[in-house]
Amino acid sequence: MHLLKALLHKAVKTNPVFGLMLGLCPTLAVTTSVKNALYMAMAASAVLLCSNILISLLRRFIPKEVRIACYIVVIAGFVTMVEIVMKGAAPAQVNRDLGIFIPLIVVNCIILGRAEAFASRNGLWASIGDAIGIGLGFAGALTLIGLVREVVGSGTLWGYTLCPGYVPAALAIMAPGAFIVIGLLFGLFNAIGNRRQARGTTAAQPVTVTTSADMPKKTGDARPRTTPDRPGA
Amino acid sequence: MDIGYVELAIGTILISNLVLARFLGLCPFIGVTRRTSDAVGMGFAVMFVMTLASFVTSLLYKFVLTAPADGGFNLLVALGVVREMPAGGYVLVLKTISYILVIAVLVQFVEMVLRKSVPVLYKALGIYLPLITTNCAVMGVALLGTSDWKYPDHPLSVAQTTWMGFCGGVGFTLAMILMSGIRERLATSRVPKALQNVPIAFISTGLMALAFLGFGKMFGIAL
Repeated sequence: MHLLKALLHKAVKTNPVFGLMLGLCPTLAVTTSVKNALYMAMAASAVLLCSNILISLLRRFIPKEVRIACYIVVIAGFVTMVEIVMKGAAPAQVNRDLGIFIPLIVVNCIILGRAEAFASRNGLWASIGDAIGIGLGFAGALTLIGLVREVVGSGTLWGYTLCPGYVPAALAIMAPGAFIVIGLLFGLFNAIGNRRQARGTTAAQPVTVTTSADMPKKTGDARPRTTPDRPGA
Repeated sequence: MDIGYVELAIGTILISNLVLARFLGLCPFIGVTRRTSDAVGMGFAVMFVMTLASFVTSLLYKFVLTAPADGGFNLLVALGVVREMPAGGYVLVLKTISYILVIAVLVQFVEMVLRKSVPVLYKALGIYLPLITTNCAVMGVALLGTSDWKYPDHPLSVAQTTWMGFCGGVGFTLAMILMSGIRERLATSRVPKALQNVPIAFISTGLMALAFLGFGKMFGIAL
């Protein structure tokens, strides 16, 4: 029970998409349907789990100076494996829809971010737990967005028609719809957070979306925070 | 269909804009567009790296990862690393890892060269360079121009891929500048509390993407 609670806490409170604002590109690109979203989440979570395990095991052997390069090589290896598995196991339509976003898992900030922030500092079991929690959070966020977009945009769920008379608003599955849907969902979560804060339930700190926007990546974030002016300007 | 340079430019900048139609490079798009000066700096840095990365990955794809149909030059065969290329080359197994390494090395290299030889440019772009390694737009353009090119029967030449990379950078910069203009206005306007900052930025992006959809029907070049 305690373990389950910790996992849920990780998946909800530090949700990679809605909490930390990481991995936004696949989140928007592949959520045209629930099926695509789930396949993408599975692929990314598999890479995350494998890379977390390996990096956690190797954390004492990786020299500090070249750690990012090492992480990238490890992640790229696992991404290639996942890509090959997807080519064979996933339906052709899903492979077509996900397209370049499977190889692009390699530059997904969630995975590099967890490697740098968690797996390189924690033991094997904690890293596995972290990967499962974050993976669940990612899958949940993707499924939620995919659900909204598929139901509104094509009137179906997992390919089955929901309500025969409904005329789908195709905008939701097109590019602009993705931005609008995720913007409204962000707003919804902010509103829930604000409400909780106002009611004074100190059960949990609401997800602070606005502050993490400054930090698109965990690594190599070299933006000068202290100097207000751009150097050389 | 053979594609010309003008079509490639219109298709990459306006119709299939990297940010607004392909969802690439969203992290800097949301993170670095608070001020126009930041957006311009990031945009130009990405343009620079993207052009170089497209050029290098295109060479890599043509001469290392795949074998030309008529038994043309392949580096791995020429060096004697492999006896002969398998059908389809080493694209599936080596593409991801070789591209990301090339981009990472390239970014480091550009940073060093700029610091030594063009300090003015380094001062303007330097702080954005480390962020670019994990910018999925750079890797995305490299993939779209080579292994995931839409018309596999008519592959792009090295020059065309480089041009596509440059145009991708122009499209990214265009989206960044437009977005930073909108966000500077939004900062002083009254937005509902729950929608402030990031949510309203996404909704504005959606409306901008809606406008860009119109270009597709105007020129009819789908990339």
